[in-house]
Amino acid sequence: MIKALTGAEAVSEAMKQIEPDVVPVYPITPQTEIAQGYAQLVADGDVDSDIIRVESEHSAMSAAIGASAAGARAMTATSSAGLAYMWEMLGVASGLRLPIVMAVVNRALSAPINIHCDHSDSMGARDSSWIQIYSETAQEVYENMILALRLAEKTLLPVMIMQDGFITSHCLQKVKLIDSPKVKKFIGIYKPKNYLLDVDHPITMGSLELFDYHFETKYQQTLAMENAKKIYLEIGKELKKLTGNNYDFFEDYNLKDADVVLIALNSTAGTIKSVIDKLRKEKMKVGLLKPKLFRPFPYKEIADALKHAKKIAVLDRSESYGANPPLYSEIKNALYDLDKKPELHSFVYGLGGRDILESDIEEIFISLLKNKPIKQTHVGLR
Amino acid sequence: MKLKTHKEMKIAALAEPGTSVENETGSWRTFRPIPEKSKCINCLTCYNVCPENAIKIKNNKIDYIDYKFCKGCLICVRECPAHVIRAEKEGQ
Repeated sequence: MIKALTGAEAVSEAMKQIEPDVVPVYPITPQTEIAQGYAQLVADGDVDSDIIRVESEHSAMSAAIGASAAGARAMTATSSAGLAYMWEMLGVASGLRLPIVMAVVNRALSAPINIHCDHSDSMGARDSSWIQIYSETAQEVYENMILALRLAEKTLLPVMIMQDGFITSHCLQKVKLIDSPKVKKFIGIYKPKNYLLDVDHPITMGSLELFDYHFETKYQQTLAMENAKKIYLEIGKELKKLTGNNYDFFEDYNLKDADVVLIALNSTAGTIKSVIDKLRKEKMKVGLLKPKLFRPFPYKEIADALKHAKKIAVLDRSESYGANPPLYSEIKNALYDLDKKPELHSFVYGLGGRDILESDIEEIFISLLKNKPIKQTHVGLR
Repeated sequence: MKLKTHKEMKIAALAEPGTSVENETGSWRTFRPIPEKSKCINCLTCYNVCPENAIKIKNNKIDYIDYKFCKGCLICVRECPAHVIRAEKEGQ
């Protein structure tokens, strides 16, 4: 079945088919339509879920942790300052190894207050031990949410699925849905190994761990993250049987023979694809690498995919103030191990929702192809 | 007590019930409460106030202090109405 859905509605649609037990949620632009959409489904009796209207995002994550620890499937959604508000609890969710799935609609962090898209919110949480997957379109968001649930429950790490605020979340797109019974079969019944409502096997969750044991518990998370790469691919292969789509670490678009490669997350990758189509008609060897799995970061696979390129430009939609931008950092990291390194360039764009145009992207491609000096590393800055 | 490796440990610091029986907290003490048993009037005040249940009773009389668990809070020293228990620095 094909529906016209916004990115936010695609999340509600996925949640409708997943039917989580508990959804504690607090509204924030541009995520609100997710909470609203799901609340409508609950009110109409279309799904059997407990929506908890909490007083803040910190409470939303706390409640999700409580529900998940009790043995329920818990999901929530947030953006920007909401994600920032629950920052303390992100580490609790991952430290307690709870398979919570959260939709993050990328919006700029304050200050200044801004409701539009940039990646500062989710990038700010990249060390939280949450699995992070970025989505270009509503179709991808929908599929990623379903994949995320299985991934979270297998790795026992929480997962956040990103999409661009307003650009993807509020834009009506064509989404091909999987039949509900097939989704139900794919996600299965949740059978937690350790849960607080298991009265036959009582456990304590959230104990204190001093210097003699804390390190080891955290290392277990390191191993779980490392292992998550393999599990992501395995579950992706299963999902491919239902959708026909590929779920690799990244999407490559005209990458194999490209001399100049652009790397970008989320919707901007779509804009880049348009420009590539145009420039390829003019016989220019340009390509795109669009990372999907950001945490854990697939350093080796990305380096392998990029090693043939002559020049690479990484477009970051966030800054890491006082350091290299996040995506650029990871790419540079990945390329360190190569004997012959492509020329690497960093661009920052789109902060606070500033548009990046096809002409901007074309200029980046042409400058690199023709060895022209880069006019601006901060695209469109005045 | 041999410390476990990360492979032997449960994930997420999950704990079975009853760990307070396994975790011996006697090493936390700075001062040790030592009762003068001959002076004890068996009012059971110290037994009632001990937060660790480290003071043990036999035949409704104070028997001994379990120093494997006594944390040295000295509430028993302070509350004993007959001043039977004295505090001594550990390791002396």
